[in-house]
Amino acid sequence: MLDKNGIAQRIAKEIKDGFYVNLGIGIPTLVANYIPEGINVVLQSENGLLGMGPFPFEGEEDADLINAGKQTITTLPGSSIFDSALSFGMIRSQKIDLTILGAMEVSENGDIANWKIPGKMVKGMGGAMDLVASAKNIIVAMQHVNKAGESKLLPKCTLPLTGVNCIKKIVTELAVLDVLPEGGFRLIERAPGVSVDFIRQSTLGRLIAADNVPEMKLD
Amino acid sequence: MINKVVSGAEEAIKDIENGHTLMLGGFGLCGIPENCIAALVKNGVKDLTCISNNAGVDDFGIGLMLQQRQVRKMISSYVGENAEFERQLLSGELEVELIPQGTLATRCMAAGYGMPAIFTPAGVGTEVAEGKEVRNFNGKDYLMEYAFEADFAIVKAWKGDTAGNLIFRSTSRNFNPVMAMAGKVTIAEVEELVEAGALDPDHIHTPGVFVHRIFQGADYEKRIEQRTVRTKG
Repeated sequence: MLDKNGIAQRIAKEIKDGFYVNLGIGIPTLVANYIPEGINVVLQSENGLLGMGPFPFEGEEDADLINAGKQTITTLPGSSIFDSALSFGMIRSQKIDLTILGAMEVSENGDIANWKIPGKMVKGMGGAMDLVASAKNIIVAMQHVNKAGESKLLPKCTLPLTGVNCIKKIVTELAVLDVLPEGGFRLIERAPGVSVDFIRQSTLGRLIAADNVPEMKLD
Repeated sequence: MINKVVSGAEEAIKDIENGHTLMLGGFGLCGIPENCIAALVKNGVKDLTCISNNAGVDDFGIGLMLQQRQVRKMISSYVGENAEFERQLLSGELEVELIPQGTLATRCMAAGYGMPAIFTPAGVGTEVAEGKEVRNFNGKDYLMEYAFEADFAIVKAWKGDTAGNLIFRSTSRNFNPVMAMAGKVTIAEVEELVEAGALDPDHIHTPGVFVHRIFQGADYEKRIEQRTVRTKG
């Protein structure tokens, strides 16, 4: 079973040289720590920055320079700054190669819910609806089950949707799964030490698993 | 050159009335018009509709206006940092329209570009699409979203000149330039106000034609929401 860093580390393997990538809040943010040596990636922050650098050194924080998670950050050589409309222009016109975001639920047809629990929690969708509606390649980083122990991989989402038919890959602490175009979660890899049966018990939606599902390799 | 300079925030906002619709620039607490918000809190105008990406935090930014119940309706994309906001929303005291961030920015842009509506795929198949016209272009569905109409747009820039030209700094740019273009009346507060001619025309982000009133703000707090740092070594 993976911890949050392990999930981020596994997702980082999906990033290819030359990618422009948008990282959501939470586990996706950690992916930046695991981008392999020699791979050139430009991180987009939808509040208006291309080329997001690491956190600033203590004492060098700039209140005018934050990422979409409102964290103080830095720029890098080659960075650019722009306004919010232009930022979503590059998202909508598919200039961003990969979007990685968290989710509360994903359904077996690739629907995602991550912005609202009616009557309990309303934080808003931020840029997530724009990102999932336009991105060509979306990976969901999330826990396989919620705090109540219920599967987050479902036949159909129960929470208000963020987007429909858009998720293609999911990485959890238990597994890597592809969402099939015809519907269903295909088990691609198991986390170290996790059995197919355990993943099946943790997946409420339709799980398609071969006899021999390989274990993830993180290095 | 037409002079757009007013004495300060109080004069700039003096004709904002109860029931008006305001755009307020900023992303989180970054690039918010601190002086004008303080003046609005002081003058107590209410029943406002506020279009702003976020709603501040409990004790800063638009959160200060929410505390005083000056806001009737918020139009935002993300409000996760404001407990008072969430409470007023869940209890029904505050009317809230949550819309995708790109839709919010582009509805501002449309207003500033003189276009009545835009088509976006954001929100198709979700509750955001309820009651909206859906059009199919090249096999993909899009929602029709209208340009915003705002009585006032209130933005914060880094530098400005007496002709109303604006330059923004770093990611405090965010929604400010598109909102500056979108208000029936646009008020800009700047950290440094200079004479027309002192800024290089090639460096202007927002041309002065969009700005009706400008003043140099004071005492910027520039609060940081998430102070994240790394250690040297």
